[in-house]
Amino acid sequence: MFDKPLAFWLIQSLNSFSLGGLLFLLSAGFSLIFGLMRIANLSHGAYFMLGAYIGLSALRAGFGFVMAMLLAGLAVAILGGLIERFVIRRLSSNPLGQVLATLGISFIIADGCLLYWTGDPQQLATPELLRGVFRVGEAVFPKYRVAVIGIACLFAIGLWLLLEKTRIGAMIRAGVDDMEMARGVGIPVSMLFTAVFCLGSFLAGVGGVLGGPILSVYPGLDTDMLPLALVVVILGGVGSLVGAFVGSFIIGFVYTFGQTLIPDLAYMILFLPMILVLALRPRGLFGRISA
Amino acid sequence: MLIKSLRAALCAAGAVAATLLPLQSSHAQTEPIRIGFLTVRTGALAAGGKQMEEGIQLFLKERNNMIAGRKVELIIADTGGNPAGAKTKTQELVERNKVHVIIGPLAAFEALAIDDYIRQTKTPIVAPSAAAEDLTQRKPNPWFVRTSTSSAQPNQPLGEYAAKTLGYKRVAIIADDFAYGHETASGFQRVFEDNGGKVVQKLWPPLNVADYGSYVGQLKGNVDAIYAGFAGANGLRFLKQLREYGNKLPVLGSATTTDEGILKQMGDEALGVISGSWYSAAIDTPESKRFVAAANKEFGADPGYYTLGAYSSGVLVEQAAKAVNGKVEDKEAFMKALRNPGTVKDARGEWKVDEYGNPVQNIYIRKVERKGGKLVNTVVKTYPNVSQFWTYEPKAFLAAPVYSRDVPPSKNIEP
Repeated sequence: MFDKPLAFWLIQSLNSFSLGGLLFLLSAGFSLIFGLMRIANLSHGAYFMLGAYIGLSALRAGFGFVMAMLLAGLAVAILGGLIERFVIRRLSSNPLGQVLATLGISFIIADGCLLYWTGDPQQLATPELLRGVFRVGEAVFPKYRVAVIGIACLFAIGLWLLLEKTRIGAMIRAGVDDMEMARGVGIPVSMLFTAVFCLGSFLAGVGGVLGGPILSVYPGLDTDMLPLALVVVILGGVGSLVGAFVGSFIIGFVYTFGQTLIPDLAYMILFLPMILVLALRPRGLFGRISA
Repeated sequence: MLIKSLRAALCAAGAVAATLLPLQSSHAQTEPIRIGFLTVRTGALAAGGKQMEEGIQLFLKERNNMIAGRKVELIIADTGGNPAGAKTKTQELVERNKVHVIIGPLAAFEALAIDDYIRQTKTPIVAPSAAAEDLTQRKPNPWFVRTSTSSAQPNQPLGEYAAKTLGYKRVAIIADDFAYGHETASGFQRVFEDNGGKVVQKLWPPLNVADYGSYVGQLKGNVDAIYAGFAGANGLRFLKQLREYGNKLPVLGSATTTDEGILKQMGDEALGVISGSWYSAAIDTPESKRFVAAANKEFGADPGYYTLGAYSSGVLVEQAAKAVNGKVEDKEAFMKALRNPGTVKDARGEWKVDEYGNPVQNIYIRKVERKGGKLVNTVVKTYPNVSQFWTYEPKAFLAAPVYSRDVPPSKNIEP
């Protein structure tokens, strides 16, 4: 099982990092929303898919890849904000109702996508600049995957700066730690909820476009991705950016190496770390509140 | 009070109607032939479902909604692509709509879910797509007939083609980890190895795997070709990642890996893929060209597996209905005609139905090429009148277990 050539370990590590990068964009928003609002937003996978589809249309309309990413992110962010304001807020005294509402919204988005973009699986073109591979000895790295890792890290740094170094970031952290107290000292929690929901949706939408050239976009992409986001967040800790970051890469590695080394147990291995964490440290690796 | 008396009146009317029924049956032939159509409009299988609907609608349009001198009433039901939905919708079609025949369902697991029910109710079912081997092999259902293919049927000749014509000695298999993927790949493997080839690696990615990168990274480099057995979106995703990693090995595939329904979404990564199928939109016959032109005019895309499967189901139903002079109410006679239609002609060419309810038909070896700006499955070789048992003796074939991950056993796997 471990008698593989060096190139194998290098390629699979790169795969793990690039999958981890995508998972980070998906789960960072999920984690922040969960942490601040205590809602498991089950429409997060649908936001990711919707982002990928909007990116596809933007690319076909002639926009560049970065522009497509931003447009998709913005569109999904606006949708997320509207849903927070007009659906989730109205159910604020009913957490179970909120979760069910997000599930219902994910169905609506999925069917809407099916209607507009048809059921045909579709390919997001890899940007011209990033086609081809880097070769390091025996190992082959597709340029695009390397770029995905870089972009995910840029987003991670940006988010970290936002949360740690800005006033609004401090408010969000305060809200995650103690909502009542935050409200008490005059933090505009209501505005914060909408802002975080928009931010989380934005990240999911961007992640969808970034993942498009690797994952493609097809009906069912939402339900393929959502469980991975859940696993990452439970592992890393709800509401923790560092947790989402570390959790994403752990799951990236566990998923990739689990499938290659012990394919028959791939799924079990994926959920094993989650079960261990739930049993031994229910807050997750970096979480301050219990999921 | 009023409601009660109304109900009594209705009951009475019902009783009168019931006694009149035998008199009306002589007019039955003026009623339409009711065809139930099980499709999938939501979820991951929706693309195939849409193509199936296009196939049957094209057929009925061409026939002006009349077959065997009777009008046709098509009742479309969306199963949602799951076994429970298939069961419910089948019951509705049979019990509420009183259909004479059902065309569908799309997926093999749906077909298996309604298997017992159609036996009990003796409902003729014409399957345009579901390919599970045992539906027409070890567990044949007398009320079931298939117009497409069994999973392995086109892959067995592909195994011979790879070994004999292409001269490949070593192949790595990668296929979806579910029954259809196992059956297509195993059919290929058996014939390829019987002709001297060796399958040296087998990988089974889960159906909903997020990233094919980890599998592409494992594929052996010292092989002559890769066999890719995928369905739905997975062929598209796999081929893109394979070429993205700079892997330039030749690719062989099952019919659905480069089916016309998905080929239109592919790019250069699909060029050169060689697959086995019972159809190609590039078959160079007048009937095929007419069919392709008609589908393009109506729906703006080349027809594929699902389109022709459903269209052909219409052709078969018409042929059987004519054979019983339109009396589809006589289920036994109608089903017999469906199972013994003689020669059927459609865009794939001529085909017959074997005694197990599966077509005996030409299998086309196809190569993806770019022609006139779009990708097409050019036919490079035709194996005429191929049975689901290939050249094996049916009794011996059926005595062996059904194709699966480990059947036939892999003796040439290298660590």
